[in-house]
Parts: sequence; C-alpha cells; structure tokens
Amino acid sequence: MAVITMTINDELVSGVEGQSLLSLIREQGIELPTLCHLEGLEARGGCRLCLVEMQSTQRLLPACTTTAQEGMSIQTHSERLVRYRRMILELLFAERNHVCAVCVMNGRCELQDEAAKIGMDHVRYDYLVPELPMDATHDKFAIDHNRCILCTRCVSVCDSVEGAHTWDVMGRGVNSRVITDLNQPWGSSRSCTSCGKCVQVCPTGALANKGSTVAEMVKRHDFLQWILDGREKKQWVMHNGGSEGRR
Amino acid sequence: MTRTVVIDPVTRIEGHAKISLYLGDDGKVADARFHVVEFRGFEKFCVGRTFWEMPGITARVCGICPVSHILASAKAGDDVLGIRIPPRAEKLRRLMNWGQLVQSHALSFFHLSAPDLLLGMDSDPAKRNIMGLIQARPNIARSGIRLREFGQKVIRLLGGRSVHPAWAVPGGVREPLTAEARSQIKRLLPEAFDIAELALDLLKDSYDQFNDEIHNYGDFPSLYMGLVTADGGLEHYDGMLRVVDAEGRILQNAETITYRDFIGEAVEPWSYLKAPYYKPHGYPDGMYRVGPLARLNICDYAGTPRADRELRQFRRHGQRGKPVSGSFHYHYARLIEILFCLEKIEETIEDESLTGSHVRNYAEVNERTGIGVSEAPRGTLFHEYKVDRQGILQSVNMIIATGQNNLAMNKTVQQIARAYIDGETIEEGVLNRIEHGIRLFDPCLSCSTHAVGQMPLHVQLIAPDGAIVDERVRD
Ligand code: SF4
Ligand code: SF4
Ligand code: FES
Repeated sequence: MAVITMTINDELVSGVEGQSLLSLIREQGIELPTLCHLEGLEARGGCRLCLVEMQSTQRLLPACTTTAQEGMSIQTHSERLVRYRRMILELLFAERNHVCAVCVMNGRCELQDEAAKIGMDHVRYDYLVPELPMDATHDKFAIDHNRCILCTRCVSVCDSVEGAHTWDVMGRGVNSRVITDLNQPWGSSRSCTSCGKCVQVCPTGALANKGSTVAEMVKRHDFLQWILDGREKKQWVMHNGGSEGRR
Repeated sequence: MTRTVVIDPVTRIEGHAKISLYLGDDGKVADARFHVVEFRGFEKFCVGRTFWEMPGITARVCGICPVSHILASAKAGDDVLGIRIPPRAEKLRRLMNWGQLVQSHALSFFHLSAPDLLLGMDSDPAKRNIMGLIQARPNIARSGIRLREFGQKVIRLLGGRSVHPAWAVPGGVREPLTAEARSQIKRLLPEAFDIAELALDLLKDSYDQFNDEIHNYGDFPSLYMGLVTADGGLEHYDGMLRVVDAEGRILQNAETITYRDFIGEAVEPWSYLKAPYYKPHGYPDGMYRVGPLARLNICDYAGTPRADRELRQFRRHGQRGKPVSGSFHYHYARLIEILFCLEKIEETIEDESLTGSHVRNYAEVNERTGIGVSEAPRGTLFHEYKVDRQGILQSVNMIIATGQNNLAMNKTVQQIARAYIDGETIEEGVLNRIEHGIRLFDPCLSCSTHAVGQMPLHVQLIAPDGAIVDERVRD
C-alpha cells in the first residue's frame, strides 16, 4: 500500500493511495459535514456539503468522491465553503416542507443537526411549499416526501446491500422524487422485502416506522458495517457496542 | 362622531378580539358580538399527515392548552386503532389532565382574575395586574404562582423533558411514571391543598363586594354541557356527554361518539369562531355553556369529599334547585375543580399499580373514524378524524371550548355593556368590566381560531343606523 502526502488546511498529512479525501480529512479529526454520504455505501457526491477547495485552482470538489492524491493541497473551511454549505442547507429546507417541531426525527435528524452546527437560524430563500403526499401503504413503514432531501441513501442501500433495488429516483431537478418499483404504492411493491434498511439509513424523517409519533424515531446504522464485514471478510464483529448509529 | 382612544395594552387576556356593541332604539346596548378576525387553516394543515402525529401537531398549534389537545387527539387515535389502552395509561393520562386543570385554573384565578377581585375592578389599570398583586398582596400572588407550578410539575414529571409533551399517543402513553416522580408529587400535595383552600376563602370573602357584578356579568338561563361519569359524577377525561337545561333537567346523557346527533356548528360571518349549538333547540336558542360552571351544573355530585362539600355551597347560588346561571360563578367553580383535581391526584397517586411499565398498546388502523372527547380547563374539547386505510388523515374537525362559549360570551358582554354603558361613550371602566366578563370564560382565542398572531381588543359602539358612535382600541 503506497503512502501519499498532501496538505490539508496548511498542514502536511499522509494517507494511503486510493483513500478518499473525506476519510483522510476525518482521520485528522477535522469535522466535515456530509449528508448523502454514509460509511458503507458507495459515495455519490450528491449533496455537495462536503465540498473542499483546491489551493492551486480554487476549484471545489466533493471530498466524498475525490481520491486523495500525492501533493494535493486543500482547504476545508474557507469562508466561501462555509457560506456555500449554509446556502445548500437553506435550499434543502426551502425545497420541501420541514416542520421540525412535529417531525418524527426531531432531535435526531442529520439535516437538522447540520443546520444547527453551521448556525443556520433562518432560511433566506422563499419556500417552495410543494404539495407532497405521504405514502403509508406499507405495513411497517411510511415515507413522507415533505422531508426527503434526495440523498438517495435508501436507493443505494436497497440496491447494494439488500439487493432488492426497490427504490429509484424519478423526475428531474426539484421535481425529483424517490419511488418504489415503477412508482407504485410502496405497500404493493413486489420487490420490497420489508427489511427496513432504507428506513434505518435515511438521514431525515422522510422514512420512518409507521406509527411513530413526534420525535420518537431512532435510526441505527451499525447493521451496515456488520453485513459488509461479514460479506467481505467473513467477520462478524459489532462495532460501537451496537449503539445508535451515525455516519 | 368617532373617537378612538388608545389605552394600556391588554396583558391579561390570552388572545385578543374585536367587540361590537349595537345600540337599540332605546339608546341601550341591544346586542354584542365578539369578532375573531385571524384564522389559520389548521385543520387543513393536518390533512395528508398520519393520525399518529396529531397529538404532537395539535400540541404545537395550541400553546394555551396543549395537554388538552394531546389528550383529545390521543383518544381520537385510540378510537382509530379501535383498541382499549392499558388501564395504567388511562390513569396516567387522567393524572396529567388533572395537573393541567390545576395549573390552568390557577393561572386564570390568581394571575388573570385576582387583580380585579382583590384590588377592585376600578383600581388603577397600571397596577391591576399580577405585578400589582405581588406588591399589594405578596403572599397571595406567591401562592398562586406556587399552585400553578404544582400543576406544571405534574405535567412535566409525566411528559418528560418537553414543554409540549407528545407523551400521550394513540394506544396509550410513551413513558411510565417513575417511583421518584410519584413521591415528588406526593410531597408537593399538602401545600397545593392549602393554597386551594386559601383561594376559596378569598373568593368567598370578596363575594359581598360584587353584588352588582354577580347579577350583571352574564347571568342568564342557558343549557350546559360537559362530561359526567357513568353514574353522573364530575368527570374530565371520559364518560358520558350530558346536556342539562336551565331548569336542571337532563336533556341528553349520551355516548360521546354520538355528539353529532345533537351538536350543530353554526358559522357566522363576523367571527372565525364556529358557534356550536344544541340542535334540538335550533340556532341560536340552543346556546350552551361549557367549562367549570357547566361541569358543576351538570354533574349529580363531584365524587371527592372536599369538593362535594364545596359543591353543596356552590349550588346555593342557583335559584331553587336550578343550575347556577351567573357566569361570575365560573371563578368559584374553577376553584372547586382545583380542589377536586388535587383530591383525585392524591387518591390516584396512592395506586400501587401506577408505576409499572406497560403503558402502550399497539394496533393498526382498524376504524376509519376516530372521535376523542375530553374536558379541557375551558370546556369540552372534541377531535374527530377521518383516515384512509393507511391512517392518512382525510379530514379533521375540532370543536373547541371557547367556540362553544362564544354565544354565552356575546351575551355576557351585552349584559355588561347594558348595565354599565349609559349614553354614547365607552368609559375606561367599562372596558375593564367587559374584559373581566370575557375572562370569566377564560377563553383561548388564539387556540380556538388557530391564530398565531395577536388580536387587539377593539370595542365599537354602533348606533341602529350603523354609525360608529364610539370606539376604543387596546393594542
Ligand atoms: S426531516 Fe429533519 S429537518 Fe426535516 S422536519 Fe424532520 S427534523 Fe426537521
Ligand atoms: S427517503 Fe430518506 S434516504 Fe431516501 S432519498 Fe429521501 S432523505 Fe434520502
Ligand atoms: S457527502 Fe459528499 S456530496 Fe454529499
């Protein structure tokens, strides 16, 4: 395994070849916000929260999908980056209908957390206030499109881990919507195995157990590493003592 | 000639409203209307969400009696699930409701009414408030605060961290009561009892000074409605829906789910408050009152020793065995209910089975309609949901206590205006009296109209030809 050396926030650091910028940055103890990324799922570069700035060209690159390279020099928290991240979060809130006070994930939501961490106290853009339905046709789960940020973690986990590929994305731009099967009610999906992986990885209150009441939903991610280690290394070890998962 | 006088902010009414007083040909006030001008389409907001979320949503929308909405909503949810909740959960819900009644009634009596009652209706408006009371009668003011804290404490010990606890949920409650919380409540009870008795003495001692008020502040025959236990006792959480007429005859004693058979809802262009009425008597003759006065009028007995003793005294204010018709006695009724709730809390807290962990039952959607009725501090509260097979709300209807008292409040304001307005000007003192008259019903305007903003109290005196003779705005 070849070692590479690069510069992060003016500090020289070393990593291994092929390592993602995101993991290298986090190894240094630097907090970088992410939403679409989840350890164990393929990086997608969708939400753009993890953007970093190349020192040489001022270009912005998502850390989750960029490979660390010898000699690179990046900034993770320039004034511009922080400003953009806040804009991205505000746009996410403006795009759908988030009423945290009555949300099943209030207090445990990754979107809400990121907004709080960056100090977002209000939204400067006009809310789109789209009229979006809930689909509660599934026996065990419900999806509330009002709270979906289109991170596609559900699509990814269902496809790559469960192997059912029930979820997909339909439409373009702000009109995109996650769908089950060919846009059938979730409850009538023939591919869905009701395993609930999508619910567990969803960062917001969009996917939840049916019957959850306000601020009651708890999500766990630790099953992901468990399954992947078992599959790839034939090792079954529960990390983090099986506690509530995060990233 | 229109004159607008801006005077002190109304600090003691929980919500603001515009009031029109219509002069008759005899130059006296003939009619009064309470306009509630702000509206938020709350019921519509809920459509499309699941009914499981409703306790949390309604608690957030109504900041004035969140606990009552949580309970009515959870009960409507139980009805959709079509199940019986664990008996322990029902006891805990009742406990929270009693806590809510104590804190709300304490607020109404000590903070919102005692300044008028103890400092005098015509005393300096700048001092006729809780701060003034703290200066003049520090012990009483402090007691009021303590009693309210007791009620809030009960709510907090049950509902946990949150101020608007979405703790009662369809199927039961989310968290059991801890042994520690139980003993805390027990420790605080004796002081709460002392304060309740003190308040009763204060009120009864002051009655002599209010002879005029007792007769002019909304004393009229009407129907009364509320819940009673299966055998006619005082009830705030469940039971039968009873309607009693001005003579004391029982007109209805029905299952709550049948309320639509005899309660109609009129919509008036001048108010966003729906005006419910008793259908068999038509509109507006079917006017009824709800809340503490009504509850004490409809029940056969209270069911706890101290409250029953007071209830017998209370009933002497009614004429020859008839219900007590003077709205001024809402104050008295409120204090009796505080006593009752404390006695019930004392009794329930001793129940050994209270602290176990099974407090929630689970089920899927079994019924497409859910009705939840309970007694809020201000009166009977109805939540009715229609859901689809998945539990998504198709329609939401709520009937709120203040709406049901709407007609009675109009009538009270009219009576006060008739008695105290002479000629064509609205004197400062009259405004106070109108305010007190409205406060007897302890209205939660922002709740019952679902308004978020604040409404000014705005009183207009209108001549038979429609001209505004005088006008006062309090902002
Ligand atoms: S999903 Fe998160 S951000 Fe959206 S309403 Fe729920 S708690 Fe708030
Ligand atoms: S439903 Fe949840 S996991 Fe799926 S795209 Fe939306 S926010 Fe992401
Ligand atoms: S976490 Fe990198 S783009 Fe979303």
